[in-house]
Amino acid sequence: MMRTPEAIYKYLRPDKKFPHVWCPGCGIGIVMGALVRAIENTELTKDEIVLVSGIGCSGRISTYLDFNTLHTTHGRALTFATGIKLANPELTVITVMGDGDATAIGGNHLIHACRRNIDINAIIINNNIYGMTGGQYSPTTPMESKASTAQYGSIEKPFDICKLVEACGATFVARGTTFHAKMLDAMMLRALNHKGFSVVEAMAQCPVQYGRRNKLGTPMDMMQWFKDNSVSSPAFDKIPPDELDEQFPVGVLVNKEEKEYIDRYRDIVKKAGGDVP
Amino acid sequence: MNKRNEEVLLQGNEACAMGALAAGMRFFAGYPITPSTEIAEFLSAELPKINGNFIQMEDEISSMGAIIGASLAGTKSMTATSGPGFSLMQENIGFASMAEVPCVVVNVMRGGPSTGMPTRPSQGDVMQSRWGTHGDHPVIALCPKSVLECYTLTVRAFNLAEKYRTPVILLIDGIVGHMWENIEIPQAFEVTDRAKPTVPPEWYHPYENLPGGEITPLAPFGQGYRYHVTGMVHDRSGFPTLVHDEVEQCLKSITNKIKNNLHDIIDIEEYLLKDADVCVVAYGSVARSAREAVNMAREEGIKAGMLRPITLWPFPRFHLEDIAHRMKTFVVPEMNFGQVYGEVLKSSPKKAVRVTRVDGELVTPDQIFSKIQEVSS
Repeated sequence: MMRTPEAIYKYLRPDKKFPHVWCPGCGIGIVMGALVRAIENTELTKDEIVLVSGIGCSGRISTYLDFNTLHTTHGRALTFATGIKLANPELTVITVMGDGDATAIGGNHLIHACRRNIDINAIIINNNIYGMTGGQYSPTTPMESKASTAQYGSIEKPFDICKLVEACGATFVARGTTFHAKMLDAMMLRALNHKGFSVVEAMAQCPVQYGRRNKLGTPMDMMQWFKDNSVSSPAFDKIPPDELDEQFPVGVLVNKEEKEYIDRYRDIVKKAGGDVP
Repeated sequence: MNKRNEEVLLQGNEACAMGALAAGMRFFAGYPITPSTEIAEFLSAELPKINGNFIQMEDEISSMGAIIGASLAGTKSMTATSGPGFSLMQENIGFASMAEVPCVVVNVMRGGPSTGMPTRPSQGDVMQSRWGTHGDHPVIALCPKSVLECYTLTVRAFNLAEKYRTPVILLIDGIVGHMWENIEIPQAFEVTDRAKPTVPPEWYHPYENLPGGEITPLAPFGQGYRYHVTGMVHDRSGFPTLVHDEVEQCLKSITNKIKNNLHDIIDIEEYLLKDADVCVVAYGSVARSAREAVNMAREEGIKAGMLRPITLWPFPRFHLEDIAHRMKTFVVPEMNFGQVYGEVLKSSPKKAVRVTRVDGELVTPDQIFSKIQEVSS
């Protein structure tokens, strides 16, 4: 395992990009660390990786990491990523999105990327809020939680991102939290090695815009809540429904092999009489 | 006689798709919409034959995103749409302008606004192609009048996109897109391929202004030039900046690369203009009616001529200004309420009249001829 200072020098961009935009106690840095550690455990070189992000706090990850990086428009990361992957399937394409980015404005792109099963790795950092714009409620803000646009509590039922993407056809789905940093490393590594569309939902604390407004305590308290309420997925399935409170499953939730989009497109090229490389 | 044998009957949309392939386009992403869909249908059959990529996306927003992604991976890319889809593409057209990513966007114009008249032609998107996306940004838009030009201008659109690292819009009106004509497919033409960086990666700044106005080549992702691309205002290395000088530099450079090369980008057709004192300014299918109207006027002894902007944006304002002093009037027929008329007024205030038609039918030669007669008497 690479030591942290070495990883910093290898993967973080020098000069001018720091200090980063994230607030003290933010969980996004932990997710970024997990991604870097996962990549370090692959054979991939930095040149072979394209990191595509959307807009919002999570979208800034692409600025800091030393890959081919693309900071797209809000919600559209997967559409740019689709073009890159199809045009050059040799590249490893990773998209990092936030919960609003991926499931509100980018929801349509997310469900169709799942359906196509194209070999892109989607990391959705879910902090239950629009942080950068000042704490408005997102599609994953829990019912009754307060937000700057839900001053009396949210009345919208939140998405379960993992269930959503599973239903749409993603062939690898995992959920982790910033408390379980090592588990997050391992999940991301498995997602990178999976052929097909993979989604890792990384639950992350937003102490400033979400935690503060909902009296959830310090960043440590919010991470402790992740620890106390997360249940490994096989154990979660055994909890009787009437005993379920705020618990949620973590771990690899879906892992199946299905023919990947580019392989299917190569079949089309053959049918049309083209040369498959 | 021999020549006729080489002619093929083609639809404007098909000719556009064939021109794109000839220009080296190997990635198409689109969403079905009338009257542009034939372009996607044609390419869905042809691209796999040459190991190119065709994908039907979930909407026009994603189509535009996908072609930008493909272009960043080093592939010439295109999308095609019509009015409502063009509206949805504006967000990422702005991204391509800002991030200086070459790509071609075909808009086969139908009647608007909103759903408008899907099966009727229009020229209502002239201003949207100029100012559709927010903020000050450059744009190049070309406008064919024939099936042959659907082919040749698509090739040119790719050449300009690569040369100037910018999105280029092809504004085909519904009549031209759906028109069938015999054309001789051009065999010899210039194709601009993407320039490769000549400096080592550690010296590479994707947004550097080079001496003499040269544009820094765009390195494809994955070839050792790791850099950052963003829709935010950025410095020469591509990273977001709010430093005043860098902000101004960024915004000026994307605009100036077009503004400083008007002579190269702007293309017009002149018809009987040398001795004319009435100039019809017409583009797209309407220019065909205008040409006929000019002939009719000449038969009546009226010294009419025509100037046809082939490049609609940047608008050939200087060409108009050059001839304005000897014109009694400019007559501007369009299938809209006068979008180019407004531009003609900027070149020649008080001396322009318009002929507008928005009922989904072509402006006829008679309509234009009547106006020429009226202003000449």
